[in-house]
Amino acid sequence: MTNTITIDGKAVPFEEGQTIMEAATAAGVYIPHLCHHPDYTPYGSCKLCTVKVNGRVCSACTFPAAEGQDVLNNTKDLNDDRKLITQMLFVEGNHFCPSCEKTGNCQLQAVAYHLNMLDDHFPLFYPHRKVDASHPDVMIDHNRCIFCTLCVRASQQHDGKDVFAISGRGINKHLIVNAESGLLKDTDIEATDRAAHVCPTGAILIKRTGYQVPIGQRIYDHHEIDEVSLLTEQQHGE
Amino acid sequence: MQQFIQDLVAKNHYQATRLLDMLRAVQFRYRYIPADAIELLAGLLAISRTRIISVIEFYSFFSDTPKGQYDLLISDSITDHMLGKKELMNYLADKLQVAVGSVRGDGLVSLDNTSCTGMCDQGPAGLVNGFALTRLDKSRIDAIAELINRQIPLAEWPAEFFQVDDNIHKSGLLLSQAIAHGDALRAAFNRGLKESLAEIDLSGLRGRGGAGFKTAMKWRFCSEEQESERYVVCNADEGEPGTFKDRVLLNAYAHQVFEGMTLCAALIGSKQGFLYLRGEYLHLYDKLQTVLQQRREAGLLGTGILGQALDFDIEIRLGAGAYICGEESALIESLEGKSGIPRNRPPYPVTQGYLGKPTVVNNVETFVAAAAIAINGGAWFAAVGTEKSKGSKILSICGDCTKPGIYEYPFGTTIQAILSDCGASDVLGVQVGGPSGTFISNREFDRKLAFEDLATGGSFIVFNNSRNILDIVHNFTHFFAHESCGFCTPCRVGTSLLKKQLDKIVDGHGSAGDVVALEELCQLVKTHSHCGLGQTAANPVLTTLERYPELYQSRLKLISYEPGFDLDAALETARRMANRNDAGAHLAQTDASGSLPIASFPPSLAVRSS
Ligand SMILES: Cc1cc2nc3c(=O)[nH]c(=O)nc-3n(C[C@H](O)[C@H](O)[C@H](O)COP(=O)(O)O)c2cc1C
Ligand code: SF4
Ligand code: SF4
Ligand code: FES
Ligand code: FES
Repeated sequence: MTNTITIDGKAVPFEEGQTIMEAATAAGVYIPHLCHHPDYTPYGSCKLCTVKVNGRVCSACTFPAAEGQDVLNNTKDLNDDRKLITQMLFVEGNHFCPSCEKTGNCQLQAVAYHLNMLDDHFPLFYPHRKVDASHPDVMIDHNRCIFCTLCVRASQQHDGKDVFAISGRGINKHLIVNAESGLLKDTDIEATDRAAHVCPTGAILIKRTGYQVPIGQRIYDHHEIDEVSLLTEQQHGE
Repeated sequence: MQQFIQDLVAKNHYQATRLLDMLRAVQFRYRYIPADAIELLAGLLAISRTRIISVIEFYSFFSDTPKGQYDLLISDSITDHMLGKKELMNYLADKLQVAVGSVRGDGLVSLDNTSCTGMCDQGPAGLVNGFALTRLDKSRIDAIAELINRQIPLAEWPAEFFQVDDNIHKSGLLLSQAIAHGDALRAAFNRGLKESLAEIDLSGLRGRGGAGFKTAMKWRFCSEEQESERYVVCNADEGEPGTFKDRVLLNAYAHQVFEGMTLCAALIGSKQGFLYLRGEYLHLYDKLQTVLQQRREAGLLGTGILGQALDFDIEIRLGAGAYICGEESALIESLEGKSGIPRNRPPYPVTQGYLGKPTVVNNVETFVAAAAIAINGGAWFAAVGTEKSKGSKILSICGDCTKPGIYEYPFGTTIQAILSDCGASDVLGVQVGGPSGTFISNREFDRKLAFEDLATGGSFIVFNNSRNILDIVHNFTHFFAHESCGFCTPCRVGTSLLKKQLDKIVDGHGSAGDVVALEELCQLVKTHSHCGLGQTAANPVLTTLERYPELYQSRLKLISYEPGFDLDAALETARRMANRNDAGAHLAQTDASGSLPIASFPPSLAVRSS
């Protein structure tokens, strides 16, 4: 058994049970993603990791690698569509990057750079969303949530808690927290929880840490997300 | 309340899988789900409150604020609109002195819209406290308003308000003769179970819910899984607007539906089945429970069915207003007491379905057909239809025709033949397969009903030449945006963008590039969405744009760029704040392409120095 797939013509080995994303990461092939994190159960909602497997559109983060798969990943068509999907995420929320504490460290922004997104393309939704600053150490700015559920999964699967959940249907989807009051201060979250740090955007922030690293000296100010992502994720997930 | 919730949870055996049923009971009693009830349920069921809240906020029939003592929902199906829904709704709101989407001040009545309730052949239709209302007209509305204002209990309302007719106009292979109770099971045991599965294979039966997967193959896959527990699920969610044939099958052929499920259980080795009944069909619930009881008493359900080594029973679970729950994996999530979010595949339900166990999900009609095949044999069924589509299809026909209702046709029948039967004239086009299907124009009526040509789960909506195609597309596009589960980006955001972009064009604000942008968006949503809902949500636009491009183009303004809103009106708040109303405080809508007086607001990503 050889156990190889090809991604953009390159032979990539895989182990039984691995997803295409896992096999690609291990082989140093970057597939754009936002809701995927090697430490948590795959979710498959953002659709940024869309690839073509033997001509069929699949999410690389959830689709199992299997012998004989010919995967297209870094093609112009796919990247054009990924850019449009990223633009959808931007217009759906309220993302004013220049005034966002996460700027330069934000994966949504970094993916947008990577895909050469220069405008919003779609009309902005300007939804009314709130900020929950009730907790002494951790805050939620719902304006920037992209519903990736990484905080939900990190809390359940790493912290052994159940602080977050996604609620609502369709475009009314929103993040909720596990407290009778509905406020973060009444949950058992702590600033040291993985869930407080896993957010790919600036939706969950640790208080009193703002602007410690000046803008211009942050991760994606100097590195492309493909490079950062492969470096950090290859250390996880084995 | 504590006692009520405690009893309710005990009655449901502390099973969190039955959360929807429990929430339905709470909603019914209190007209909403009070926060205290959430806390009590979470405690007793040992699940998080967030899980309960997310379920409440997912399903249309649950609410976290009180509804009226009489909660009226009026169907928003295109067919209801064609029957004058809009005017009726205004009349109703006026009569009851309540605004659409709100509760009257005294808390007695609330009024809102709801997606198609499956009464398209007897609309305009609606629901009162979950029970189906049919044939609404002004005089009926007068009476209803009177009954509500006098606070007459539903049980004392005139029965004809709730009367639901079957309207079977044409019977074929299946409808002309219902099977005798137990005959399909007897035939299967006599022939042998393996041999009976072979007959179903031979019949060529493909799923009637839309996708058309071979039924025998699905059953075989499920039976071959190395697991001891397996489940049989009948999909009676029937949410596709214009579809109501499963409602009629469950009303008039319920025994045969359950017999088909039991047959499946015998062939795959299952002990437990579920009928997932859409919440809109609450009126069928008691009757179906009675049928199940009759079957238990007749030895056709329960332990040792027909004296054989077959133990099987069926439980009915009600939905709560979510079209997506017709998608089989979302349905399974819903059966487990969760929000109806489609799962990632693989694994497919046949390997990991309900509670992670192998599960067969089939449409109501598929089970009806399977039961008949067990008796009459595969060849009997395969003799009818076309090469790739064997047997017959039951259609629910509605819209502009004199005889809306149920029609059964051999596959391969032309659209023209169907239109003549149902009394359609001066036809503009037909929506085959509901909003997720195809709009065909009157130049295509020689096309055929078949998986290889025009596939349909049963919906068949006729439009005559007085109808406006863009109104139809508008209704369907709004339906999908309302029903998107919101899980994946392309559908969650894309269906809302489609709605905006279409409205912009239909309202006459579109300019040259807007139809192209609409089409680009359609392709994106279609290609990248996670499940069938998103993958078909652009079909109303795509199938009409292909046939009537000039219709879209004619709505465009001749300028090259036009914002989707009125610039000057947008400045109104600013003018009031600045206390100005001079000429300088007004903007003319410019028609020049370049310099528009508004700042476009890109996300200003360009903070990066490189
Ligand atoms: C959004 C959506 C809604 C659906 N609704 C229904 C439905 O109401 N009834 C149904 O039988 N199948 C429905 N389906 C198809 C089911 O997923 C599934 O294919 C079907 O129940 C399988 O049964 P069958 O093989 O007997 O057709 C729907 C699919 C999607 C994507
Ligand atoms: S808060 Fe952050 S991590 Fe949580 S769902 Fe939203 S974007 Fe994802
Ligand atoms: S396509 Fe739509 S309905 Fe289906 S999973 Fe995505 S958001 Fe939900
Ligand atoms: S990374 Fe695969 S869908 Fe989000
Ligand atoms: S920069 Fe703030 S959310 Fe991305």
